Amino acid sequence: MVWRKPGLAVFAIIFGGGAMAEIAGEEKKSGSGFMSRETQAMQADDTSNPGMFSVLDGERLWREPVGPAMKSCASCHGDAEVSMRGAAARHPAFDETSGKAIDLAGRIKLCRRDKQTAEPFPRGSEELLALTTYVGTQSRGMPVAPPVDERLTPSRENGKRLFEARIGQLDLSCASCHDDNWDKRLGGSPITQAHPTGYPIYRLEWQSVGSLQRRMRNCMVGVRAEPYEFGSQEFIDLEAYLNTRASGLAVETPGVRP
Amino acid sequence: MTARALINAPKTARKGDIIEIRAMIAHKMETGYRQGPNGQMIPRDIINRFVCTYGGAEIFSADLFPAVSANPFIAFSTVATESGTITFAWTGDDGQTQTATAEIAVN
Repeated sequence: MVWRKPGLAVFAIIFGGGAMAEIAGEEKKSGSGFMSRETQAMQADDTSNPGMFSVLDGERLWREPVGPAMKSCASCHGDAEVSMRGAAARHPAFDETSGKAIDLAGRIKLCRRDKQTAEPFPRGSEELLALTTYVGTQSRGMPVAPPVDERLTPSRENGKRLFEARIGQLDLSCASCHDDNWDKRLGGSPITQAHPTGYPIYRLEWQSVGSLQRRMRNCMVGVRAEPYEFGSQEFIDLEAYLNTRASGLAVETPGVRP
Repeated sequence: MTARALINAPKTARKGDIIEIRAMIAHKMETGYRQGPNGQMIPRDIINRFVCTYGGAEIFSADLFPAVSANPFIAFSTVATESGTITFAWTGDDGQTQTATAEIAVN
């Protein structure tokens, strides 16, 4: 085994290699930092980033009046470039009504159901992804800023527990790769630190835009575990933990990933 | 029909400059080799032809095949000769052509 730092080796010997340290601040790096120059260039230029189609769709949906009241997102929130700036950086946030943590896509669904009184878009639908990408991109460049809110603590703690729990036939946790081995490769691909800064992302493998939950389901299938359902509390809790973990990194939505 | 396309071409150029033009269109590029959830083949639906004209003359064209990814992105270069319109046309398997344009001022 190759150790990153001597200090870490000492730490591991003392603790028998069981518990690994979280990624230190100066080593923290977004997923885009692990990518090839070509993929980075694709993400950086809005005329070559295919995620921008989703942004354009989202912009159209933002202005589209729906429901019996014929209200659009813009009817209440106005210009998304102003009102939605920072929204993605602070989600998952605490939802007063349900008393639980809620992610950005969940918030958009609720708003559509309760405020626009329209049929909410299902998770994974192109429309919900488009709106989430459009709202997400308004925070581009801003640091991920998990809200200082004690009511989110149980969610974050559960997310951390799930992140560190070994699952599936391969008996791996998220942390086995993304905390302990992020400087190595898996099957030729770099293992990243699992910072959800670019979501929803355009994934070249998918040939489309997809959510963080879809990406996490991929990883769960990869370790041969049964993935959680879209929109499940487990995923929201994981997202809440991941956002505290990624705190301070810049939002990149829409990210491009291989 | 206006295409959902993203065009990157310089708005101005000096006569004789080599300019890069990049064009991307939203298209699923369904290969025709995939099965749907019901086991039925999903019919092929791709863009099979891309043509770019500059001042009415064709400067670049390409035939596209099922191996080309979704949202095909095409980049090429040309020489700026005169002010005018650069037209992009994508033709699909359904025979429909979608177009987009960009203006360039050459001095």
